[in-house]
Amino acid sequence: MEILVFVTPALALIALFVAWPIVTAVRFSVYDWKGFGDLTDFVGLENYVEVLGDEVFRSAVGHNMMIVVGSILLQLPLGVAIALLLNRRMRGQGLLRTIIFVPYVLAEVIAAVVWLQLLQPQYGFIDAFTAQIGLTPPEQGWLGTPEYALWIVLLVLTWKYLGLAVLLFLAGMQGVSEELHEAAQLDGASWWQTQWRITIPLLGPTMRTWAFLSMIGSIQCFDMIWVLTQGGPADATATMATYLIDEGTKRHNYGIAGAASVILFVIAFAMALAYQVLILRRDTKEDTV
Amino acid sequence: MSRKTQALAALCAGLMIAATGCGGSGDSGGDDNTITWWHNSNNDPGKGYYEQVAKDFEKANPGVKVKVEAFAHEDMLTKLDAAFQSGDPEQIPDVYMERGGGELADHVEAGLTKDLSEDAADEIDMIGGSVAGWQVEDKTYALPFSIGVVGFWYNKELFAKAGITAAPTTLEDFYDAVDKLKAAKIQPVSVGAKDAWPAAHYYYWTAVRECSEDVLTSAVKSLDFSDPCFEKAGDDLVDIVAHKPFNNGFLSTGAQEGPTSASGLLATGKVAMELAGHWEPGVMQGITEDKKGLGDKTGWFAFPQIEGGQGDPGAQMGGGDAWAVSEGAPDASVDFVKYLLSTDVQTGFAENGMGLPTNPDATGALTDPALADLIKVRDSAPYVQLYFDTAFGQAVGGAMNDAIVNVFAGKGTGTDIVTATQEAADKEK
Repeated sequence: MEILVFVTPALALIALFVAWPIVTAVRFSVYDWKGFGDLTDFVGLENYVEVLGDEVFRSAVGHNMMIVVGSILLQLPLGVAIALLLNRRMRGQGLLRTIIFVPYVLAEVIAAVVWLQLLQPQYGFIDAFTAQIGLTPPEQGWLGTPEYALWIVLLVLTWKYLGLAVLLFLAGMQGVSEELHEAAQLDGASWWQTQWRITIPLLGPTMRTWAFLSMIGSIQCFDMIWVLTQGGPADATATMATYLIDEGTKRHNYGIAGAASVILFVIAFAMALAYQVLILRRDTKEDTV
Repeated sequence: MSRKTQALAALCAGLMIAATGCGGSGDSGGDDNTITWWHNSNNDPGKGYYEQVAKDFEKANPGVKVKVEAFAHEDMLTKLDAAFQSGDPEQIPDVYMERGGGELADHVEAGLTKDLSEDAADEIDMIGGSVAGWQVEDKTYALPFSIGVVGFWYNKELFAKAGITAAPTTLEDFYDAVDKLKAAKIQPVSVGAKDAWPAAHYYYWTAVRECSEDVLTSAVKSLDFSDPCFEKAGDDLVDIVAHKPFNNGFLSTGAQEGPTSASGLLATGKVAMELAGHWEPGVMQGITEDKKGLGDKTGWFAFPQIEGGQGDPGAQMGGGDAWAVSEGAPDASVDFVKYLLSTDVQTGFAENGMGLPTNPDATGALTDPALADLIKVRDSAPYVQLYFDTAFGQAVGGAMNDAIVNVFAGKGTGTDIVTATQEAADKEK
């Protein structure tokens, strides 16, 4: 009875705000619908064929994957290195931790606006700085050059989310028993050997959980890109989420947007499941053994 | 009450608020004598003026009430979409703004908008040819109250500094001006290509120059872009981009927000010109600190002529806003819309600088000199082509705009614009 009392509101919320929208999106995705009037123009899977055949959508998936991989490759080594550094007793430790963590606390949109100002072509700080040290900033600005834009977005995302990685890794390091370090030290292991052989391996579960969060975030990446580039220039930074907004809200192709959102859901779900089965399972197994 | 049940009650209450919260302002329409009116003049003097207009109408029509709701432009569009999507007559305003073209056609097809052809026949006659953008299959569904044209706004002082004595009239003159400005170390033209539509206006314009009126009119109806003039217009655009007239970083420049936007660059004297609509002086005033924009330095010239083009040299490209009545609105709504187009209301509209009035008796009332000049250009044009993205509808227009931005990014040709547009159009058929 108690379980029922506590679970019902949660289930109701999930049904209302998760299950219902998903069902609605699936329903829209099989119709040609402009956003008003009844759903009458049933087109079956045509919208899906169209989305999958759309070069812009395919490149958007590619950009998402690049952000997934890029975020992990950049943030993992950086995060571990900084966490190791901050895990040692030193002066100004609290201040350093705060500095690293502040970007993560900022709302994504605010962080994006700050960077948008800094990256402003010609008049922004970064262009002025590059010019000051004798380099020529790209003619179209960093965010306006299709070849650079996605990399710049990735760097800003790294700046924004590195704090979370460091925080989690630090917490993970606190969980590594001090006795292990002492034992290693008695055996004559150097600081570096201790970290490499003990701390980092024991940080495994934390890293795997963090990578999972990072992956899901990267697949849904929207706010930062919307403020910085709106998916441009020439779709160079389009992600699945910006594609949704373009097709749905802007062009009123709600059927196409519905199909794209279902595909996004399937991709995210499949990746989450695969990750769970292939990687995270090791952690839960260790626990039960 | 135990703690548990308290928590449960709180949760349930929360749920109820969440569930009913979505349906917020649901008291629109319904009542036979209350007209809900949505508009986007949410700043004074426009806001106050429209409140007065509503009061005057109530006084002249005892028993009728006008409920005025003023929104910021983007908010209004979002709210309108949501209201129409709900399909609930309670949510849909009785009198609202239509931008015309394909968007209106969609509303008409969904049975959301009232046919005004007969009820407002006099007003339709008075407005004349411009009403075409708000017609679907020869029936008129909305009455345009402000129509503007897009052209080059320029900084007279910077032009003089670069030694340009007359505003360019042909594309060659334009290139010449660009070269002179560059030689004088002045960035010639700003464009907010990040927002797509400011860039797209260039292609609309080259197409208006290259294509005859007949071709354009039939393309709007048939969504057939096979006439070679559309491709030629794209090649003209490639040519313009190749001359590099635009500000540094134009691909990541926004349209009109803040001093580093395209409008901001013109307003602060960082560039010499920008292609924009009749709203430009107002936008620039909002951006500069002294609220004067470019002030006396503001100049305007029409998009340059292109040699060999089939378009009428006097033709203009632009668009506007019209009042529409939703299906199921009280009868008085039609009278209200007719009142909004009356000489009295339109004169006040012009005096307050809210736009370019469509009632010929009100056009003399414009006090802003830049707008007064512009309305002469508009009224002497044989026709005003509606912005393509509006005329062709969001789906086709969106695809077209994206292809145009690709050309600005150096990644496309005239053929690519036509192909992308035709592909999107074929899906609409």
